[in-house]
Amino acid sequence: MVEFTIDGRKYKADKGEVILAVARRHGIFIPTLCFHDALEGWGACRMCMVEITKPSWDGWSKLVTACLFPVEQDLIISTTSERVTAVRKIVLDLLLARCPDSEVIRDFAAEYGVEETSFRPLDKKDNCILCGLCVRLCEMQGTSAIATINRGVEKMVDTPFNDPNPDCIGCLVCARNCPTGTIDFEETSRTRKIWGGSFDLNHCTVCGKAHITVSQAYFYAMKSGLPVEYYEECDECRRKETAKKFSDLLVES
Amino acid sequence: MGKIRNRAHLKEIAHQLAEERAGREVDIVVCCGPGCLARGSEKIADEFEKELKARKLDGKASVHLTRAGCHGLCEKAPVVTIEPMGFFYQTVTPEDVPDIVETTVIGRKPLTRLSYSENGKKEPVIKYSDISFYKGQTRIALRNVGRIDPLSIEDYLAAGGYDSFAKLLDENIEADTVIDVIEKSGLKGRGGGGFGTGRKWRSCKRATGDTRYVICNGDEGDPGAFMDRAIMEGDPHSVIEGILIGGYALETSHGYIYVRQEYPLAVKHLQKAIDDARSAGFLGKGILGSDFNFDIKIDRGGGAFVCGESSALMASIEGRVGEPRAKYIHSTDRGLFDKPTVLNNVETWNNVPMIIQKGADWFKSVGTERASGTKAFCLTGNINNTGLVEVPMGTSLRSIIFELGGGVPSGEFKAVQTGGPSGGCVPASLLDLPVDFDALTEAGAMMGSGGMIVMDDSTCMVDISKYFLKFLIDESCGKCVPCREGLRQMYYILCDITEGKGKPGDLDRITALGEAIIEGSLCALGKSGPNPVISTMKYFDEEYNAHISEKRCPGKICRPLITYRVNDKCTGCVVCQRVCPEDCIAGVKKEVFVIDEDACTRCGSCLAVCKFDAIDIFS
Repeated sequence: MVEFTIDGRKYKADKGEVILAVARRHGIFIPTLCFHDALEGWGACRMCMVEITKPSWDGWSKLVTACLFPVEQDLIISTTSERVTAVRKIVLDLLLARCPDSEVIRDFAAEYGVEETSFRPLDKKDNCILCGLCVRLCEMQGTSAIATINRGVEKMVDTPFNDPNPDCIGCLVCARNCPTGTIDFEETSRTRKIWGGSFDLNHCTVCGKAHITVSQAYFYAMKSGLPVEYYEECDECRRKETAKKFSDLLVES
Repeated sequence: MGKIRNRAHLKEIAHQLAEERAGREVDIVVCCGPGCLARGSEKIADEFEKELKARKLDGKASVHLTRAGCHGLCEKAPVVTIEPMGFFYQTVTPEDVPDIVETTVIGRKPLTRLSYSENGKKEPVIKYSDISFYKGQTRIALRNVGRIDPLSIEDYLAAGGYDSFAKLLDENIEADTVIDVIEKSGLKGRGGGGFGTGRKWRSCKRATGDTRYVICNGDEGDPGAFMDRAIMEGDPHSVIEGILIGGYALETSHGYIYVRQEYPLAVKHLQKAIDDARSAGFLGKGILGSDFNFDIKIDRGGGAFVCGESSALMASIEGRVGEPRAKYIHSTDRGLFDKPTVLNNVETWNNVPMIIQKGADWFKSVGTERASGTKAFCLTGNINNTGLVEVPMGTSLRSIIFELGGGVPSGEFKAVQTGGPSGGCVPASLLDLPVDFDALTEAGAMMGSGGMIVMDDSTCMVDISKYFLKFLIDESCGKCVPCREGLRQMYYILCDITEGKGKPGDLDRITALGEAIIEGSLCALGKSGPNPVISTMKYFDEEYNAHISEKRCPGKICRPLITYRVNDKCTGCVVCQRVCPEDCIAGVKKEVFVIDEDACTRCGSCLAVCKFDAIDIFS
């Protein structure tokens, strides 16, 4: 265990735990755009920067990303110092020049007093902030259907060679976790279209609602070792069924 | 040669090889470094081969032809030197070959018409050791470069190669003692960071884990820098020996050399060297009869500048996207494949065998208190002697640029850019600055890997910082927002300034944005990205102000801020009118012509063809 201070209050945590995790556990808000509980810190959006120092540092301090920096004994962390706010403000100002139409970014920027970008709006507006959540979540679940391509200002998220990727299962983990809601998909009662691919939907054998794609069912079956039929029923119906089984048991006894 | 059994066996072979070489009365050393190759040195070497054959000199032990690595003075490429006399021949053509063979190889006399002459003087300087470009140098890293055949392990052995490593095994020196020696020598990372090499090795050694890795960073990407290239191409075994010693000290058996895709010759030479070293028993299992195992794998980059950054480089070797990660946990604890890793630059590795051989005190005696040893630099830009030099740490910029480099060819010296694209520009007033890690950083520049781009007064500092910024924008990986979006916005502001659309307050905006980029970026590329702009603003603020408030470019470079006018030296020869792509030059034959300033795009075509110096640029 190590002991340290966040915004003037003392906390304890296991050595190696990152600042953001400790702060979240204690209800201290640190803004993030590229962080997800299921993933390790990434350090790309720079919103979670905090200022750190130590009594032994002689007044010297530095900015680090809370999502990656492990807590240390005697660390003094400030989540809202002037230096921190200044960097966050410029980062949001820069993002606003890239994605002026994103409501999330607009609201976020407004919180830091940025209503309009002070920089040159980009010719090619792009609501994607390249946080990489979609790519990393897709990789995490084992599909790796999308990746960032090119680099620097040309960087973007895409499937290899912009072709429909057979590895994509149309699960929408990318679209649902995109902080700016930039990843487009279409859905009818029978099919879902995303990343250039078209996916047949599985309809729940109980309620008839379209719940997952056929590709998803096969992928999950492969991962879990369960028969693919197991995934024909939707989660909600299965939950109801299980609940009913339990209540029946209780009534019987 | 077969496998070498132990140090005594190595000494015996090396002695024999050295004897053989001492018997050479004439060794024609043709430089096959990048500059000379580009100017056709391969052909010259072939020509020598033919000529020696024709004169029946090719079978003799007394005459030898060596295709060596970069000799250094690229300005005078192709370069041929004659050993052991030390004759220096410049801008040699294949047609000169018979003459050289006749006069020098057979006659043993210098061919003065091909000799070098110092700037502004006529008398030829026969030996390269007398040329001021070479006189001021101390060659440790480049000890063999330009002298030996990089494809011949025998040449390296004859020069005492692999003995430092063999000594460790032979004398059973403890791994930690090797680290002590490196630490005591004060060797610092030559890639630019300047972190203590011994300290790095020690923390890796202390890290928990049974597997460790040593990596050589050969992803040299700075514009105008080719030191590591010269070493990898010209003396690959020295790098391998350095890595071997590192592997011994860190008690690991896995080494990697990461070379950029754009250096195919370096890859070829290194691979040949690795294969030869393996055949000779320096790599593989049971090295020199001991129980030490070690091997090296070459990994090629894909052409991204950012992969020279240590964590991006490791990601690239692992087969992931070459993006840096935060280094709050050092790579000496968790590096390649999450194992403790030591990554050093080519030049750092190549210094290691010399330190083991001659001792830490010897190494400390070269250079300064704060920085021991030497540093290789590449002189490029507006300088008389473009080329590769190696000087002791602490040598002043003035002596490197004016004594070795021979100064600027025309006009006045204005600035020197050190430390690659994210380094800074040092003005004339700081020329007496001693070159070491701290002094350059204090001046707002940095040591970097050793590129030095010299600029004269025809350079526009705003334009040059725009150029470096563009380079960094193209090479930024795009992972973090401040670097990706911030550098681009800074570039836009600079574009406005050079297009005459600069506004008061622009400099303050650049400063504020620059601070945020430095403070907020993930890796060193972003953190030092604003350097070229910030350092030029610091030393050349009047130039920025001229652009912004007077809409004037003092360097006469920024096109929207300059005008072309014809003066009365014009003879009305019509040549300019013919080449003008905008068709905006008018006049009557044999009278002074006029340029339509509104239609003129300042492309410079007329200026290039005018023989009468009749076109002036105003700003």
